[in-house]
Amino acid sequence: MTIIRVWASVVGRPFQFVLGNNSTSIFAPAGTPAHAIFGLSMLVLGIVCSIFVVVAGLLIFALLRYRFRASDSNSEQEPAQIYGSNQIELSWTVIPVLIVVVLFLATTRVIFSTEKAGKSKQKIDVMVIGHQYWWEYRYPKLGIVTANELHVPVSDSSNPTPTYLTMSSADTDHSFWIPRLAGKMDLIPNKTNVMWIDPEQAGLYLGQCAQYCGTQHAKMLLRVYADTPTEFAAWVARQQKVAVEDPSATAGEAVFQHNACISCHTVSGTVATGRFGPDLTHLASRDTIASGAVPNTRENIRAFVDNPAHFKPGVLMPPMHLSDHDLDLVTAYLTSLK
Amino acid sequence: MAAQTPAPAIIDKTAPRAPRRLVFEVMHDWITTVDHKKIGLMYIGYSLLFLLIGGFEALLIRIQLAIPNNSFVSPQAFNRLFTMHGTTMVFFVGMPILFGFGNYLVPLMIGARDMAFPRLNAFSFWISAFGGVLLYFSYLGGDGLYGAGSAPDVGWFAYAPLTARVFSPGHSTDYWTLALLLSGIGSIGTALNIVATTICMRCPGMKLNRMPLLVWLYLVTSGMVFVAVSPLTAAQIMLMLDRYAGSHFFDTQAGGSAVLWMHFFWIFGHPEVYILVLPAFAFANEIIPVFSRKAIFGYPAMVAATVGIGFISLSVWAHHMFTVGMGAYANTFFTFATMIISVPTGIKIFNWLATLWGGKIHFTVAMMFSVGFLFQFLIAGLTGIMLSASPFDWQLSSSYFVVAHFHYVLVGAILFMIFAAFYYWYPKMTGRMLSEKIGKWHFWIFLIGFHLTFDFMHIPGILGMPRRIYTYEADRGWEVLNMIVSSGAVLQTIASLLFVFNLIWSYFKGAVAGPDPWDAWTLEWSTVSPPPPYNFAVTPTVESRRPLWDLKHPDDPDSNYEM
Ligand code: HEM
Ligand SMILES: [Cu+2]
Repeated sequence: MTIIRVWASVVGRPFQFVLGNNSTSIFAPAGTPAHAIFGLSMLVLGIVCSIFVVVAGLLIFALLRYRFRASDSNSEQEPAQIYGSNQIELSWTVIPVLIVVVLFLATTRVIFSTEKAGKSKQKIDVMVIGHQYWWEYRYPKLGIVTANELHVPVSDSSNPTPTYLTMSSADTDHSFWIPRLAGKMDLIPNKTNVMWIDPEQAGLYLGQCAQYCGTQHAKMLLRVYADTPTEFAAWVARQQKVAVEDPSATAGEAVFQHNACISCHTVSGTVATGRFGPDLTHLASRDTIASGAVPNTRENIRAFVDNPAHFKPGVLMPPMHLSDHDLDLVTAYLTSLK
Repeated sequence: MAAQTPAPAIIDKTAPRAPRRLVFEVMHDWITTVDHKKIGLMYIGYSLLFLLIGGFEALLIRIQLAIPNNSFVSPQAFNRLFTMHGTTMVFFVGMPILFGFGNYLVPLMIGARDMAFPRLNAFSFWISAFGGVLLYFSYLGGDGLYGAGSAPDVGWFAYAPLTARVFSPGHSTDYWTLALLLSGIGSIGTALNIVATTICMRCPGMKLNRMPLLVWLYLVTSGMVFVAVSPLTAAQIMLMLDRYAGSHFFDTQAGGSAVLWMHFFWIFGHPEVYILVLPAFAFANEIIPVFSRKAIFGYPAMVAATVGIGFISLSVWAHHMFTVGMGAYANTFFTFATMIISVPTGIKIFNWLATLWGGKIHFTVAMMFSVGFLFQFLIAGLTGIMLSASPFDWQLSSSYFVVAHFHYVLVGAILFMIFAAFYYWYPKMTGRMLSEKIGKWHFWIFLIGFHLTFDFMHIPGILGMPRRIYTYEADRGWEVLNMIVSSGAVLQTIASLLFVFNLIWSYFKGAVAGPDPWDAWTLEWSTVSPPPPYNFAVTPTVESRRPLWDLKHPDDPDSNYEM
């Protein structure tokens, strides 16, 4: 493993220099699985690039050297016919086999090392459920349910806090892909997959659904917030509370409860317990709505509730046909759900 | 029946009656024909038509993706476009064009007068062509043409459960299923026919180890068609049962399995890639030696490598499923199987290289396309090795890197060799040469367009751009790359139109070809161009792999050297 790491840090530099400066580049790893993959990638790239240089070089040489020239003294004559050579052909069978074996062994190590990640005592468990076209996150041990924005603690070597994701789908296939943290893993109905991430720096990691799941596959975006331990603890504490009752929003709450909203959405501590759409308990604490499609502003919430397809044509939430007045009230209610 | 009314008294003698009858006669002739050459040409003609349609769809896709947040087409129309593009290119361009050349060339090259089962041949053609028509008929249904119809939008891979009736109401998915079912039956019929023909119809002296490599490759391809297309056909039937008879094979809402579909699909889908690429190799095996003026290097190794590819390719399908969560052992197995297939493939590339070595390389347009093929296939193979390392694939699968990789195979290798095959065999098929001058323009514009599109497409994949998305935000650093990629698509469109123009223009104005314009060595060049319906007035007898070489060099016949 260490050899690959050293190799990657040497060979990987130019790649990282050109392509690593990007929020979703696989060449800017920021977590253990992504680092392991990056190391292997550099080994594979090194080998295939060398093969390319050799074979393409020979090809170009042959094409230039043996190009037909009418000026040749014996241009009429056919060249010597060579039908084959056992030695030569054996050599270009055996050498590739050896290369394949080396590559295969290196690959196998990474496959097994990523699968059986060390079980750390301090780990976070999250159930990830893919929906057309949004993400549901449940923290069973912490009693939190949220949507579209995943919060996890930073994990450093002195205090490893990996997050284990147990993944499935409620409808069609999806795929969870944060290129800087790990490779992708599919979410498949009736099947449970697991993967783990351990972001090494605090910050926001982006990604998006990588398996075609229907009309709005393109706007099923992923946001992973890596919080420092204290930030994370604070976030957990806030999410565990029932949303604050803002007395000025009760009229909006009534609108929400008297319309179909509650059949699809949950606001914990209220009568709204629907599960078809995202949990809205702490909607106002999120940066974006509609699975990262637009920033979470008052205007956007209003426009979204009025006509969800405005931002995401093909979205499964129907337009709610509320009067302007009711729309204002329900928007006030939703923005109060801190 | 009532008595016939007598013919009208006034008959306009100037009306062009005779020509009109001629048109019908010609049509009747083509529709009822069982001649392998005419069927081959019809395959080629209809796949060219679909090539234009599928290419046009690709162009629309690239226009939509040229700039971020574009709204040139709606999300659903986009999803339909990429579904139709993929389905069309694989099933109604790739397969039929290769079967077309196979139909045309195999009997000629083995000195036979026709395929083993001429009427099965015609049936196979018509049923697969009907599949193509049915697929496009879907555009007329449902939402109507203006809303781009109710064409399928589940992707050419049609993963369950998106195809279940809950997620795909209406009939678009049924059109997709039926179209593939029909064309699959046609493919199996043709494959059977090619196997029977090569086994039973070879002319005297043509032992198996004297067959032209092209015929060998078609034999292996046809064997693979049986093994690969049958599971697809079975899966289509299961899907129909799910959708209409209440079974639950793939219906996950009732406990069915989405992964089961993937296995069925890729047990077909992966060998399918080789089914498409082996004929491309077949063309290269004929064209590269002729224009290097040398015998192919290592004939036995080429045959062995082909058979090897045929077998190994049937055990690599799950490399399309590295992210499905199969577990470390399965991932390891499929990594190994996939990597090892690069060995026989490498043997082929090295043998072509050795064929060029020491030759006299004539850069005709056919050869230029073949040289492009060699380089591009090399790169495609190398990116394939990258993807076979499953952890690397966890990052790259379903990203634009994969799209770039397999278009290097499908366009850079297969389409390039199809173009080469046209320049090489068009004289045989029509009696006229294709214009080399237009051909050079076609080659260079296509080459530049190809590289602009597909070289640059690898990078958005590395930068995290998934495939099958109808739009993206401007903040990811993908927009410049996508612009370059789309401009390459425009160049490829221009070059393809130039090619079609060349086909038509040369048919009327091209130089007369004569029987053997390239000074080649296989049997098809011993007949007049185009060959008569019965191919050979006298069944030929051969004594080596290159019968016409023997004729041209009686002092140094090939048979002395055969291993
Ligand atoms: C007036 C009533 C409703 C209100 C105020 C409302 C509000 C919202 C809001 C604010 C979001 C964005 C949530 C987020 O991104 O975290 C959302 C998303 C969603 N809602 Fe509703 N909703 C209502 C009714 C419904 C109904 C009746 C359904 C089910 C038929 C539904 C299904 C969904 C779905 C599937 C999403 C996810 C959309 C996506 O991002 O792809 N909603 N809703
Ligand atoms: Cu999705």
